[in-house]
Parts: sequence; structure tokens; C-alpha cells
Amino acid sequence: MREANDHTVRLGFWTVVSGFLLLALGIIAVIRFTRGIGAVTNLSDQFPWGLWIGFDVLCGVGLAAGGFAITATVHILHLDDFKPIVRPTVLTAYLGYLLVILGLVFDLGKPWNIWHPIIMWNPHSVMFEVGWCVMLYTTVLTFEFSPVVLERFRLHKLLGMVKTLTPVAVVLGVILSTLHQSSLGSLFLILPHKMHPLWYSPLLPVLFFVSALAAGLGMTVVESFFSRRVFGRAIETQVLDRLSRASVVVLSVYLLLRLRDLHVRDALRTLWPLTGEAWMFIAEVGLGVALPLVLLASERFRRSPGRLAWAHGAVVLGFVFHRLNVAVTSIEAATGQRYVPAIAEFGVSLGLVALGMWAFVLACRFFPIFPEKAKEAEPARDAVPAPIGGTPVAGAESGP
Amino acid sequence: MARRAILVDVTRCVGCGACCEGCQQSNGHPPHEARGFDEQTFTYLVDRGNDVYVRRLCMHCEHPACASVCPVKALEKTPEGPVIYHAEKCMGCRYCMMACPFGVPSYEWRSSSPRVRKCEMCRHRGEKGPMCAEVCPAGATATGEREALIAEARARIEADPATYHPAIYGLAEAGGTCTLYIGPRDPVELGLPRVETNVPLPELTWRALRHVPDVAMFGGVLLGGLYWLTRRKEDVARVEGARKGRGDA
Repeated sequence: MREANDHTVRLGFWTVVSGFLLLALGIIAVIRFTRGIGAVTNLSDQFPWGLWIGFDVLCGVGLAAGGFAITATVHILHLDDFKPIVRPTVLTAYLGYLLVILGLVFDLGKPWNIWHPIIMWNPHSVMFEVGWCVMLYTTVLTFEFSPVVLERFRLHKLLGMVKTLTPVAVVLGVILSTLHQSSLGSLFLILPHKMHPLWYSPLLPVLFFVSALAAGLGMTVVESFFSRRVFGRAIETQVLDRLSRASVVVLSVYLLLRLRDLHVRDALRTLWPLTGEAWMFIAEVGLGVALPLVLLASERFRRSPGRLAWAHGAVVLGFVFHRLNVAVTSIEAATGQRYVPAIAEFGVSLGLVALGMWAFVLACRFFPIFPEKAKEAEPARDAVPAPIGGTPVAGAESGP
Repeated sequence: MARRAILVDVTRCVGCGACCEGCQQSNGHPPHEARGFDEQTFTYLVDRGNDVYVRRLCMHCEHPACASVCPVKALEKTPEGPVIYHAEKCMGCRYCMMACPFGVPSYEWRSSSPRVRKCEMCRHRGEKGPMCAEVCPAGATATGEREALIAEARARIEADPATYHPAIYGLAEAGGTCTLYIGPRDPVELGLPRVETNVPLPELTWRALRHVPDVAMFGGVLLGGLYWLTRRKEDVARVEGARKGRGDA
């Protein structure tokens, strides 16, 4: 296993690529805010939502779903085995939501009015509800992430207060997440005339929620795998194994719901002849749901962390496929309008991903995110820092 | 006036384009050929051949999807009939454009402070009503109270069933609209958007949205309960463990 190289960022291939992407992000931002959205995107009156909504927003929110699932597991169900992954997962979720908001700043025509839902209410609008939930949940995530910062700066009094209130925050976080993860699906309920039957369904809110759970768990595993490669800190295989089994259950529920819904609506017959949409569907559900489901169900398969990461990577990819299929493929198919994102649209989406990775790496370097850090300083078993609201004394800070 | 509506009689239209010119003039757009909805074109004529012209404009739905989905109420169904837009409220999410079953709203894609653009029934003209109706030389566009126009449409169809197709487009489509069409053929054949449902579209999202308070309340109780239950288990375990040593109290 590779040793941790805490204080250097490797100036390798990925550093250069991500630096380039961040530069592109800046340049595109300047053009977008001076010449309008039309100058950098292929969006049109017929295709008003594209890659930025489909990927940056829908996927960003969904991939951050691990945050509420894991905090609930640890702080509400009191399954303490999962404590070591709370911090990285909360960090991922927090960064995810911040990036979603940044993505919206690009996508909204008048982002300076983004706060308007606070005072201009329309409770009949799904977007209104999503806006409020995202706003509130980002606040909750700030709170849930705060112990890491408070610990770093040794503000123990505040830390104690945060610790006391954590269960309340977690309950709020779960409710808010359930609401807006599903509501992102409800957004599309009003488009029966604009969507392909393989993706339009009255069950969209439920499907969005369940698939977000799967993707959130998937991201947690994938990210722990990469964290190990970058920081040399492993999450116990046992935890990953239990997460994977949870994924099997969630994916099964999803697959069952999905197929049953398609069957009830008699939409499966649109799979034949094999059109482009049919292939997209097969890739999404076959490679992104069914295949990882089968693989993860096998105990032998789960023994290797590398294979686990690949299988969960497929889940995440399948999830991204689903969101893009809902937001783009299905609408293309039903309206006959073509939309291929412009280079600059890809630039922004990739730039935001690069930004998120940088933020993650930097946060891990400056804050006590991973438990192993504590282990190095203090080999005793009980020094594994209870992530949020746990023992305020984490390794490095416990010295003098 | 109670609720203003517009009646387009496709059989009377001669395709002169006076409505398009009038619309551009009324809304301060430079004169141009109107080919489809865009930021400076709120109405246009579709040539269906054989001297049949179908004018398109905002349908001013009775239960507009655009207004129901707008998170900040930038789009508003007024009691007077028209669906109007408040640019100063809009944050530019463009959900209205996604939701409109008639493909009406346009966006100022090239502006750094873009607005949604669409027909507002010339609300700036007040009681004078929409310009397109005023300038139409053939009587193909009429404006007036919705119920009165529906009665008028029915009367025309009844008086000349050989010329008119019996359907009044807009009577029930998407829950009813304030722009109504009668014509020589089936509306969909004329190229008007096929709207599968006569249920007001906002109902589709409301079916999901109305569960929000329940999810919040029951979710809160359930999660709080789980917290309390599993914590109790922990407490019991702790008390039992205290026999060995009392480090954990």
C-alpha cells in the first residue's frame, strides 16, 4: 500500500489537466456573463435545459446523497461501524451542494436573483421547493461539516454545542434530502408531452430518490478508494463490504420499481426496434444497475477493494446516465429536437468537477477528515475520532 | 371585462400577416418576417397550403403550466385572462419554457440580463385589448370575454357545419385556454400542438408536491423515534457494561 504523502500535491498529469480545466472555467465564465448564455451553449427555446441542469445540478445533488444516508446511519441508527466514513462523506456532500449552487450561477439567466424564492413564494412550484430544500440543506451541511473546522482551530466550547445539536441537524438533513432528491424527479412530472415513455413516469420522484441513494453509496465507496490511493488511508474493508451489501438492496429495490413501472405503463415495448433511446436505456439500466447489482451480490467479488470501486463506479455512471437520459435523451426523442452540448458546456461541467476534486484534496490536507490521521499520532483504538459530534479530541489536537 | 380571450378563426384567415405586423409594432419590435416564436416574435402564421393559415400565439391557459412551475411567480395568470411576465422577479431557471405544452416562451439567449418573452395580450394597451385582433382585416382574430367567444365559436360552427370542424381547440386542452381556435380541419391536423391531457398540467406536479408536509412530519417523527429507540439500546448496553468499570458513564 502506498504511503501517505501528506504535504505535497503531486504535480502530475491530473494536476496539469485540472489546472487547465479551471482556467477554461474562468474564461467561459467571463464570456457567459458578458455575452449571455447563448454565446457559450447550444441551448435554445426548444431545448432550454441542457448539460448544466442534467449533469451539474441533477447529478451533483444525487451524488451527494451519501451525506444524508451515512449521517443518518451513524447518528440516528447509531451504527457506529460507519463512523470513520462520516467525515469524507459529509465533505463530499458539502462540496457537491456548493458546486451545484455554483453550477446554477452559470445556468440561471439572472443568478443575482437566486435568492428570490426566499421572499417570492410559489408553493405550487416544484422548483420553489427544491430551491428551499437545497438552501436549507446546504446550511445543515455547513453545520454538519463545522466540527471538522472547529476541531482544527480548537474551539471546543462551540464544538460541544454543535455536538449537542447534531441529531436535530441530521434529522432535518434526512427530511430535506428526501424531499428534494425526489422533487428533482417531480420537476419532470409536468412534461408528459415532452418525454419518452422509457423515462417519463408518475414514479419519477420515487425513482430519483432511490437511485440517488444508490449513487450516494456508490460515490462513498469510489471516493474512499481514490482517497486511499491519494492519501494512503484505507477505509476498513468491512465497512465497504457492508456498504456494498446495502447497495445491493437499494439497487434491487430500484430495479424492481423501474421494471415494474415500465411494465405497468407498457413502455418496455418501445425498446424494440433498438433505437438510440433503447441503447441508452440498456446502457443505463443494464450496465449501471443490473450488472453491478449482480457483481456486488457475490461475496467473492466483494473481497477486492479495487473491484468494489469498479462496480460502484458503474453504479455512479449508471446514475449519471439516468439523469442525462431524463434531461436530454428522453426529451430529444419525444420532441425531435437535437441537442449536443457545446464545448464550453462540457468545459464548465468538467471544470466544476476539477474544482470539487481540488477542494476535496485540499480539505483533506488541512482538516482532520480521515481517521488514520489520528491513528498515526495516537495508536490507541479509541482515538479514532468520532466524526461529527463524536469525541472532540482527535489525534493531532489532543497533544498539549 | 371579465376574462379576456382571443378567438382565431382559421377559416377566415387570408394570411395577410397584419396580425404579425401589428404585434411587432405594439410590442416595440422592429418589423421582420415572423417565422416562429423568438424573443421578438410573439405570433406568426403557419402556411398549411390551400390558403389555410394557422396563427400561433400564447394560449393563455386557464391553468398555465408556466405560472405554476415558476418558483418566484414571475409568470402570473391574471384574473383578466392573460398570462403575464414580471421580468424583475425572474431568476432565469427557464422551467416555464420546459413546462409549456405549447412551446411558446422564448428566451433572450444573447443577453447578459435575459428575459423570458411571450405574448401578454398587449397588456400595455389596457382595455383596448390585443393589437392583433384590432388590425385583422378579415375578422379571423376576435377578442372578448371567454364565455362569449365560446358561444360565438359554437354559433359559427353550427351555422356552417360544412366549413367548420366541430372541435373548439382550447376549450379543454390542458384544462382550457384563453386563446381559442376553430377551423376547417382537426386542430392537430392543422398543426396545433397535440395536448394529450385535458387535466390541468399543474395537477401533475401537485400530486407529488402535496405530500411534502406529510413527508416532513412523518419523517420527523419516524427519524426521531428511531434515534430514541436505538439510543436506548445503547444506554442499556452502557449500563450493563458499567459493571466492569465505570469509564463510560
